[in-house]
Amino acid sequence: MSGPSDFQPTNPALRWIERRLPIFGLMHSSFVAYPTPRNLNYWWTFGAILSMMLAVQILTGVILAMHYTPHADLAFRSVELIVRDVNYGWLLRNMHACGASMFFFAVYIHMFRGLYYGSYKEPREVLWILGVIIYLLMMATGFMGYVLPWGQMSFWGATVITNLFSAVPYFGESIVTLLWGGYAVGNPTLNRFFSLHYLLPFVIAGVVVLHVWALHVAGQNNPAGVEAKTEKDTVAFTPYATIKDLFGVSCFLIFYSWFIFYMPNYLGDAENYVPANPGVTPAHIVPEWYYLPFYAILRSIPNKLAGVIAMFAAIIILCFLPWLDSAKTRSSKYRPLAKQFFWMFVVVCVLLGYLGAQPPEGIYVIAGRILTVCYFAYFLIVLPLLARIETPRPVPNSIADDVLAKTGSKAAPMVSAVIAIMVAGGLLVGGAQSARAEGGEVAPPAQKWSFSGPFGKFDRAAVQRGLQVYKEVCSTCHSLSFVAFRNLADPGGPGYSTAQAAAFASDYKIKDGPNDQGEMFERPGRPADYFPSPFPNEQAARAANGGAAPPDLSLITKARSYKRGFPWFIIDFFTQYQEQGPDYVTAILEGFEENPPAGVTIPEGSYYNKYFPGHAIKMPKPLSDGQVTYSDGSPTTVAQYAHDVTTFLMWTAEPHLEARKRLGLQVFVFLILFSVLMYFTKKKVWANAH
Amino acid sequence: MVFCRRGGRGRRQTSRSQWAPPGRFHRLRTRKGLGIVTTASSADHPTRRDFLYVATGAAAAVGVAATVWPLIDQMNPDAATIAAGAPIEVDLTPIAEGQDIKVFWRGKPIYISHRTKKQIEEARSVPLSSLPDPQTDEARVKSGHDQWLVVIGICTHLGCIPIAHEGNYDGFFCPCHGSQYDTSGRIRQGPAPANLAVPPYQFVSDTKIQIG
Ligand code: FES
Repeated sequence: MSGPSDFQPTNPALRWIERRLPIFGLMHSSFVAYPTPRNLNYWWTFGAILSMMLAVQILTGVILAMHYTPHADLAFRSVELIVRDVNYGWLLRNMHACGASMFFFAVYIHMFRGLYYGSYKEPREVLWILGVIIYLLMMATGFMGYVLPWGQMSFWGATVITNLFSAVPYFGESIVTLLWGGYAVGNPTLNRFFSLHYLLPFVIAGVVVLHVWALHVAGQNNPAGVEAKTEKDTVAFTPYATIKDLFGVSCFLIFYSWFIFYMPNYLGDAENYVPANPGVTPAHIVPEWYYLPFYAILRSIPNKLAGVIAMFAAIIILCFLPWLDSAKTRSSKYRPLAKQFFWMFVVVCVLLGYLGAQPPEGIYVIAGRILTVCYFAYFLIVLPLLARIETPRPVPNSIADDVLAKTGSKAAPMVSAVIAIMVAGGLLVGGAQSARAEGGEVAPPAQKWSFSGPFGKFDRAAVQRGLQVYKEVCSTCHSLSFVAFRNLADPGGPGYSTAQAAAFASDYKIKDGPNDQGEMFERPGRPADYFPSPFPNEQAARAANGGAAPPDLSLITKARSYKRGFPWFIIDFFTQYQEQGPDYVTAILEGFEENPPAGVTIPEGSYYNKYFPGHAIKMPKPLSDGQVTYSDGSPTTVAQYAHDVTTFLMWTAEPHLEARKRLGLQVFVFLILFSVLMYFTKKKVWANAH
Repeated sequence: MVFCRRGGRGRRQTSRSQWAPPGRFHRLRTRKGLGIVTTASSADHPTRRDFLYVATGAAAAVGVAATVWPLIDQMNPDAATIAAGAPIEVDLTPIAEGQDIKVFWRGKPIYISHRTKKQIEEARSVPLSSLPDPQTDEARVKSGHDQWLVVIGICTHLGCIPIAHEGNYDGFFCPCHGSQYDTSGRIRQGPAPANLAVPPYQFVSDTKIQIG
C-alpha cells in the first residue's frame, strides 16, 4: 500500500475520475511502467497464459451455465444438447473441457519453472504459497466441473473422491454424508457441485489478484536469480513484457486449438459418454490426467487414512518449499546438483502420473511406492541436503551482465526442455490411454475412415446406408435418443433435404399427449421428434434382452474405446485418425464367431465375440450378408454394413464434426499468421531494449 | 492499494526508500510509450515498422471480433427450440359459436374465437377514424371465414395475457393496466398502442387451420 501514483491521464474526464479513484495510475504502474527483468525467458510467459486460461474458463463456463441443467436426470442430456443444438455449443463445450486440461498443463509448467529458478525463495514465499492455494482451488474446481456432465466417470469419480473424506477418523462418515447431501452421490451432490464449480473460479480470480499483487511487491524473479538492481536490469512491462506475453499466448492458442478443433475427446475418457449409472462401476476409475500423480500416491499406500494424508501432503508440502530449500542461490542454472535432481523430480512426477493410470496391481504398486518415496525425498531430504553440501557456480553480478553473457545462445535449453515436456506429456497421455478398456482382447483392425484427418468429411452415401442399417436392424433393440429426425437434414450429416427428413419422420409413430381428454395418443413423427426408443423404459429393455439393456447408440462411437498402444496414441494425435472407438464398433459387429475357440466357454445366453472384453457378449450376431438391401449397388456384406453403420454412428456422436474441422482450419491459418506477425512485432519492439 | 510501488519519478524517492531495498531502482523509466515511440528507431524505417504494427494490430482486432461472435450467437434460440416452433394444425370443429380456445404456438398463447353474427357486426360497424390503430376487421380475418378470429393473446402494451369476453367491447380485457380490445382484437381503450397481432395462419380445410 502506498500513496497515489504520479501518473496523470491527459484526458480531463479521466483526470476527473483519477483524482477520485486512482485506477488509471494503478493500471499504469502495474501493467505499463512496472519494471520487469530484461532476461526473462519464455517460461515466464506462462503467467500471462494462465491469466488468459482463467478468463477463457470463466467466460465459456458462464455461457455453458446458461444452457446446462444441473439435475441428475437431465444433466447428461443437457450437455449433449449444448453440443448438438446450441449455436457454437460444440465449440464452447470443447473450449471449456479442453481448456481445463490446458489450464493444468500451463500451471504445471508455471510451477516447475518456479521450482527450477527458485522463485519461491525469499522474498517471494507468500507469492509462492498463494500460488499453491490457487493450484488447490483449481484442483477442486476441476474435479467438480468433471462431475457436471454426469457421465459414468463423473459419477464414479465423485464417489471415489468424496469417499476420500471417509478416511477422517470419527467424523469421516458424517463429512461424506454432508458432502453428498444424501446417502450416496446423487442429485443434491450434483446441484451443490454445480454451485461450487460456478463459485470457485471467482475465488481463484481473487487469489490471483493477491498473487499478482505479491508479485509486484517482490518483483519478478528471473533466470539468473539475481535481483534487479539498476535501471539497466529492467525493461518496462509495456510494451516489452506485454508483447512477449502476447506472442507466448498466441503460440499457446495454436496448441490449445489443436485439441478444441481436432482432438476434443483425446484427453477425455470414453466412459464419460455413458450416462451415470449408480449400479455399475466402470472397470477402471481413472481421474483426469492432471490428477494422476496424486492418485498414484494415494493408491501406493495400503492404509486408507495414510493414503489420503499422503496425497494431500504431496500438495501441501509445496507450501513449505521456501524453508525446505534454504540454498542462497536461487536459479538451478548455477546449482549443478540441484539441476540434476530437479529433472529427476520431473521424471518422478511424470512416472507417477503414468502409474496413476495403470491398474493398481503387481509391478505398478511396487513402482508406485518407490516413486512416492522419491517424491517426498526430493522435498524432505534432497533439497535440505543440497542447500548444505552443494557448491553453486558463481551467479552473474547483475541481470544486465547475464543478458550480455548469453546473447546468442538462448534457444538450445528451451528447445530441449520443450522436447522433454512433449515426451513427458506423451507418456502421461499414453498412460491414461492404456488404462481404458484393458482386458487382453485382440486389437480391432484398422479401418479407413473418410472423417479422419484435418480435412475429414463424412461419406454421405455411407451415412445414408448406415441410417438404413440402423433403421432396419439395430433399431429393433437400440435407441438413438439424442438424434432428431430434423438432424437428417442438417449440414454435415447424411445430406437429406428438409422434405426428405420430414417424410422419413412421418413413417414413425410417436407417442404424444396427453390430449384434452387426458389420454396419450400416437401420431406420425415430425422433424422435431427424436428417434423413438424400441422399449418404453430400461427395465423393459433389460427384460427383453436377457438381462443386458442394449445401450443407446447416439454416442456409442465415442463411448467405447480400446487400448491403442504405443506409438499409435501419439500418431493418432497428429493424424486425427479416429476419436475414441469407431474401429472398435466395427470390430464388434464383425467379430462374432459361430464356434468359440477351443478352451473358451461362453455362458448360456451369451455369444462369442473376438473383440468384446471378456468375449462373452449378450448381443446375438446382428448382421449377416444380404440382410439389408442397398439401392446404390454397394456390396451387401457384413463388412460393408458394419462400416456404414459405424460411419453413421460417428455422425450421430459428432454431428458437427465437419463444421468443427472446417472452422479449425480457418482458426489455424489465422493463428499461425498472427503468431508470425507477433513474432516480428516482438522482435521489433525488443530491438530497442538490447 | 497499488500493485507496484515503484512507479514514481524522482521526487517520490524518499517515500519509496521506506519499502524498497536500498540500491534497487534508483530511477525508473516512465517515459510514456516507452520503446515504441523512440525517435531513433522511427527515423530508420518508419513505414515498415508502422506497417508491421498496424498489421499485427489489425489481425488482433479481427481475431477478437471473430471470437466474440460465437459468444453472442449462442444466446439465440437453439436448433431444438427452432424445430419445436414448427407450424401446428388446429381442428376448429369443437369450437361452438360464441366460444374460443387458447392454443400455444412458439410459447405464445393464440386465441381462436368463433365469433357470433353480433360480434362480427360490432367489429365492422365501428368507424375506422375512431380507432387508435385503424385497421378493418376484414383485414384481420381470412375472407370466407369471417367468423374466425385468430390473434396472438399478448397485450401490445407490456405483454400480459388479456382475458377473452371481458371489457366494454365484448372482446379482450387486459388485467395488467386495463387495455381493452374489441371483437376484432383491436385496441379501443387503455395504454396499449396497437391491435392484438394476427399470427401467420391459413385454412387447410374449412374446419382446420395451420398456424405458422
Ligand atoms: S400489459 Fe396489458 S395493459 Fe399493460
